[in-house]
Amino acid sequence: MNNRKIMIVDDELSVRKSLEEWFREDGFQVETAEDGEVALRKMPNGPYDIIVVDLKMPGMDGMTLQKRIREIDRDAAIIILTAYASVETAVEALKAGAFDYITKPVDPDDLSHVVQNALRQKELTEENLRLKEKVSELSGPTPIVGQSPKMRHVLELIQTVAETDSTVVIRGESGTGKELVARAIHAQSRRRFFPIVAVNCGSIPETLLESELFGHEKGAFTGAQYRRKGKVELANGGTLFLDEIGDISVKMQIDLLRVLETKRFTRLGGDQEVTSDFRLVCATNKDLEKLVQENAFREDLYYRINVFTIQLPPLRERADDIPVLARHFVEKYARAMAKPPRTFSPEAEAAMVAYRWPGNVRELENAVERAMVVGQGTTIRREDLPLPVENGARDPKDLSLEALEKDHIERVLTQMDGNVTKSATALGIDRATLYHKIKRYGIRR
Amino acid sequence: MNRPIFLAYLSGYAPRWAGEVAQAVERGLGHPVSRLDLALDLTPYYAVERRQYHATLLLAALLRHLPDPNGKIIGLTSVDLFIPVLTFVFGQSQLDGAAAIASTYRLHSEYYGLPGNEALLRERTVKETLHELGHAFGLVHCRDQRCVMRASTYVEEVDLKDAEFCRACGERLATWASTLPR
Repeated sequence: MNNRKIMIVDDELSVRKSLEEWFREDGFQVETAEDGEVALRKMPNGPYDIIVVDLKMPGMDGMTLQKRIREIDRDAAIIILTAYASVETAVEALKAGAFDYITKPVDPDDLSHVVQNALRQKELTEENLRLKEKVSELSGPTPIVGQSPKMRHVLELIQTVAETDSTVVIRGESGTGKELVARAIHAQSRRRFFPIVAVNCGSIPETLLESELFGHEKGAFTGAQYRRKGKVELANGGTLFLDEIGDISVKMQIDLLRVLETKRFTRLGGDQEVTSDFRLVCATNKDLEKLVQENAFREDLYYRINVFTIQLPPLRERADDIPVLARHFVEKYARAMAKPPRTFSPEAEAAMVAYRWPGNVRELENAVERAMVVGQGTTIRREDLPLPVENGARDPKDLSLEALEKDHIERVLTQMDGNVTKSATALGIDRATLYHKIKRYGIRR
Repeated sequence: MNRPIFLAYLSGYAPRWAGEVAQAVERGLGHPVSRLDLALDLTPYYAVERRQYHATLLLAALLRHLPDPNGKIIGLTSVDLFIPVLTFVFGQSQLDGAAAIASTYRLHSEYYGLPGNEALLRERTVKETLHELGHAFGLVHCRDQRCVMRASTYVEEVDLKDAEFCRACGERLATWASTLPR
């Protein structure tokens, strides 16, 4: 039993019927077509694993049909069938991309072998793609690291929303790990066996974004030599991750809204509607509400995507996670560089915790990577880290206990959203003492 | 629910072991098997240029001789069968239909220049009969090397498989039998 799909194109009814029965007994889903035009009309019913094409047919001949099929589908294995065997036509067919060439009447054993070989090649190609995906998964995304209450809350939200099919908006400063969160949502969703397709809307010029998202037909514009599937179509069954959605033009917003509402679209230069079943996760570091007020972001699209929001805290608001994250990156780069893992000196760790990290986790990762490259020995020192002294890192003269205490209280208050009672509990002092210190250090809440 | 199966020996073909085939098919499928001797004129199905008989047209003729509309008929013949696109077939069947046909022409060891072996011929006939009837009960080819529903395009492959359905195919047959209308 298999779930493979095959199309038989032959002008002779008896051949079509015979092959249809033969392949149905083999467990194939079979489609038949009496000529090239019908075959091309039936292509959208695919994708077909194998297409058996008769060489001599009235109207469009098999060779022309093969070329037309190739323009639409580069993956189907085409088997040319002919009553008139000649070396020239066989060579021509194989050069034009046919998988094999057999003569009528066909020995059942030959037919069986050709079909098995075609399927085996397809399976190997598909397996190759799956393995590539797996390799990129294993070497690519980083797990979400963090023990702070804010990150624990984020992880809870991911778990809650992943199983639903709701649209998710991930908001947060640049470098806070929005794509990581999108991938975590996908990995925990029922769509995890299908692809997650990411598009950075901010990095692609508007003219290219349309074709990137919706694909194009052959000849849609200069240089469009082949039909190309867009990211929306590639995300079929899986998740479409649109990063920096706040950066797309108003025209693209209209197109996107239509796709989100109907799940249907047409490729650039095409007139045939394509359906794609995807779950949308988008991310932005922009203030979408402000963009709506300024008419730079359509209100209807805003309401369409703003179903479930995950707000990622900047790294400075979860300073407790900095040492954990730094150690995680040390391990990552030690593995990648085949070096032994290193530890941070107390000064290096204090400097990392004190720094404000405007580039967030991405900046921290880059800093650790650099330290792993330039540092010597088993310890990463303060000077191995590319932290600008004048830009938030503490000057050595400010490393007094009082200065550290002031900073620490500020951080705890920020983490507890200014709640003095919770902050005092976290700090292990009573509320009166905390009020006293807040006043003494002039801390703003 | 039982489905009567009619084992129709065509046009005077009457091997000595016909009764043993009927018993083996009855055991294999669990439905009652009756033997028919069908005096069908095969001439209209003969393709002179190929010196073979058209299996698909013969299937249509067999359908007209089905004694019970709830039953299934399989024709057994000693002539060589073909379908238009293939050089030959051991048999053909209507998938999930009422008729099937199997030929013993290429099951004889003599066809391959070997000494005759009646027991082997009988075993091969049982396998092909069960295989084609399996299709008529809706089964498609099976990947199990030993299952009688394994596809066989040459006679050695027929010998490699057993004259039995594998567990999965057997379960499918049993499930369908239990859902048949009474």
